[in-house]
Amino acid sequence: MSLLIQNLRASIGEREILKGVSLEVPKGEVHAIMGKNGSGKSTLAKVMAGHPTYELTSGDVLLDGESILEMEPDERARAGLFLAFQYPMEVPGVTIANFLRAALQARLPEAEELDAVAYYQRLYAKMDALKVPREFTSRSVNEGFSGGEKKRCEILQLAMLEPAYAVLDETDSGLDIDALKVVAEGVNALRAPDRGFLVITHYQRLLNHVVPDVVHVMVDGRIVRSGDKELALRLEAEGYDWVEREAALAA
Amino acid sequence: MNTETKHDIAIDRSIGDFRYDIDYEFDAGTGLSERTINYISDVKGDPDWIREFRLDAYRKFIDKPMPTHWASHDLDNIVFDKIRYYLSQGTTPKRSWDEVPENVKRTFERLGIPEQERKFLAGVEAQFDSEAAYSNIKKAVGEQGVIFVGSTEGLHKHPEIFRRWFGKVIPTGDNKFSALNSAVFSGGSFIYVPPGVKVKHPLQAYFRINAESFGQFERTLIIADEGSEVMYMEGCTAPKFETTTLHSAVVELVALPGAKIQYVTVQNWSPNVFNLVTKRGLAHEEAEIKWIDCNIGSRLTMKYPGVVMRGRKARGEVISIALASDGQHQDTGAKMIHAADETTSNIVSKSISIGTGRATYRGLVHVPKHLKGCKNNTECDALLINAHSRTDTYPTISVRGQGNACQHEASVSQISEEEIFYMQQRGISEGAAMSLAVNGFVNDLVQQFPMEYSVELKRLIDLEMEGSVG
Repeated sequence: MSLLIQNLRASIGEREILKGVSLEVPKGEVHAIMGKNGSGKSTLAKVMAGHPTYELTSGDVLLDGESILEMEPDERARAGLFLAFQYPMEVPGVTIANFLRAALQARLPEAEELDAVAYYQRLYAKMDALKVPREFTSRSVNEGFSGGEKKRCEILQLAMLEPAYAVLDETDSGLDIDALKVVAEGVNALRAPDRGFLVITHYQRLLNHVVPDVVHVMVDGRIVRSGDKELALRLEAEGYDWVEREAALAA
Repeated sequence: MNTETKHDIAIDRSIGDFRYDIDYEFDAGTGLSERTINYISDVKGDPDWIREFRLDAYRKFIDKPMPTHWASHDLDNIVFDKIRYYLSQGTTPKRSWDEVPENVKRTFERLGIPEQERKFLAGVEAQFDSEAAYSNIKKAVGEQGVIFVGSTEGLHKHPEIFRRWFGKVIPTGDNKFSALNSAVFSGGSFIYVPPGVKVKHPLQAYFRINAESFGQFERTLIIADEGSEVMYMEGCTAPKFETTTLHSAVVELVALPGAKIQYVTVQNWSPNVFNLVTKRGLAHEEAEIKWIDCNIGSRLTMKYPGVVMRGRKARGEVISIALASDGQHQDTGAKMIHAADETTSNIVSKSISIGTGRATYRGLVHVPKHLKGCKNNTECDALLINAHSRTDTYPTISVRGQGNACQHEASVSQISEEEIFYMQQRGISEGAAMSLAVNGFVNDLVQQFPMEYSVELKRLIDLEMEGSVG
C-alpha cells in the first residue's frame, strides 16, 4: 500500500519540467522532497492532483496500486489524495464550514445526508486542536487570512478529510516559528499507520518538527538522491551545490 | 482546461415549464387597437376616468419610439400585432382555493403557492394570465384595516385612496412600456396599510402566464400610511413557448412619513419572455423603500427600480441580483432621485453572466444642488463565467451642491481556474465547485431575502455543470 510515482514526465508547452520522477511513499511513512526553487517540486504536487495546466508525457501515479492519472481532480481527491496548497485560493462568500461540509458530502453516497450535529462537533474539536478560533467557521475560505491562518486552515481541511495520502506543498513558507510549531503538531497528530505524507519544502526547519523517514532531493525535474533525515541536515549546512555536482557527474 | 468550451451550465427552470389547457371566457383577440382597450374596459366595467386614462395612454404608447437608441435592439423583435392583450375566465378572484377552476388550481398547487400561504404568508394573490384567480388575506390582517385586493377591485371599492396615487409615481408617458401598461393594465395588487400597522408576515403575489403569444400587464399600487410597515413579495413563471411572450408591469409604491415598504421580486420567467417593467417608489419624510430584486429568467429584462426621496431623511435602497445565461440579457439597475435634505440611498447590484449571457447595469443617482446632507452608496459587482460572457456598467451620477456625498464602487471578476481546481482538490466536482463559487458571490445579498425565498433562490442558482468527462 503506497503512493507510487513512476518515471513521471510533465511539461508546460515546450518546456519539460518533470523529467522522469520516481518515488514511493508507503503508508505510515513521511517522506520529504527538498530542492531549490524551480527544481519542479511544486509542479510534481500539482501534476499528482490533476492541475489542468500541465501536459503529462509519460509515467504514472498510483494510489494503492491504482492509477489516478485518468481521473478528474475531484475524483483523485475522493480516491484519497490531499494536497495542502502553497498558495491556498480564496473562495469569496463560501464559509469554511460550508466548504468542508460540501467536501465531506461529496464523499457520501448520493442519497445520504451528512449528520450536521456530528459534523460540527468534529469540526470544532479539530479547530481547537489546531488553535483555529471558532469564529473562523463563518469566515469565507482564505479570504483576508494571514499567511499563517491560510496554512492552518489547510491542515484543518486535511484533518477533516482524513486522506490516505497527503502532499504538503511548502506548508512552512511564510510561517513564523510559533505558527510553524502549530502546523507541525497538527501534521504529527495526523501521522498514522494508514496514512502516507509527502512533505515538499525548501528549508530543513520544518523537518526538525515533522521528522521524515526518507528525504529525497530534487534537481532539475529529477530525484537525484534519497536518504534519511541526516540528508536534510547536510543540505541545510552545505547547500545544494554538492548534490547538483554529484548529479551532473552521474548524468 | 478550456473554460470556454468545457462548461455547459444548465439552470433548473423546469419548475414553471408546464401548462394546462384553459377555456377563456374573455379574450380580446390578437393585436392592439382602441377596440382592444374598449373591450378590456367593458369586461372590467371600468369607470369612465379609467377608460379615458387607458385611451390617452394608448396614444402615448403609439407616439413613443422604441428606446433602441440606448437599449437593446432585441426590442425590435416584439411584434405588438401578434400579442394577445387580455385573457381571463372572469374578473372576480376566488377567496378560497376550492372555488378556483381545477386546472388553474392545479397550476398553482404545482408551483407550491397554497402551501406557502399556509406556512408563512399574510395574504396571497395568484394571477393567471390577465386576472387574479385567487386573492385572500388572513383574517387577522384584514381586521387591522389592511386592504389587499386586485387593481380592479381597488379602483372600484377604494376610489378615494386609489385615485389619489394611481399614476402619480410613474406618469403614463414615463416610457413606452409604462404607456402600454397604462393602456391595457389588468391584475396586479392594490394594497393599503393604515397608519401605524406593521404587517408581520409578507403579502405575496404570484404571476403566472399560461397562454401562448400573450402579454401580461399587471398594475400594482402599494400605499403604506404613516408609520406603517409592509413586505410584499412577488414570484412569476411561464411555460416555455417558441413565440414571444410579453410581460410589462407598472409598480408604484407610496411610503407616507415614517412608513417602510420592502418589495421583493424573484423573476423566473421562461426564456421567451420580454420582461419590461417600470417600478418606482415615493418616500416621504423619514420613510424607507427597499427594492430587493432578483432576475434569473426571461429573454430580455429591462428594469430599474427607483426611489424618489421626497421627504427629509427619506431612505431608498435597491438590492439586485441578476443572472444572465446563454441567450439572455438582464438589463437592470436602479434610480435614486434625492429630492429633500438628508436623504440617503444605497444600491448594491451583483450580476452573473454565463456563456453568451449579458448583464447590464444602469444606474441613475440624482442629487440637485440646493440639497444638503444627502448620501448615496453604489456598489456593482459583475461575475463572468466564460470568456463569451458580457457585462456593461452605465452609471450616471449627478451629485451637486455641498455636503452631499456619493460613493461608487464597481468590480468585474471571473471565477478562476485555480479557484475551481482548489475546490475540486477537496473532492468537490467541477459543477458543484462552480455552483458554490456563484452562490458565494451573491451570498451576502441572498441573505437579505426572506428565508423562504433565499432557499428557493439558492436552488435556482444551483448550476448544474457537465464537464467534458462522462
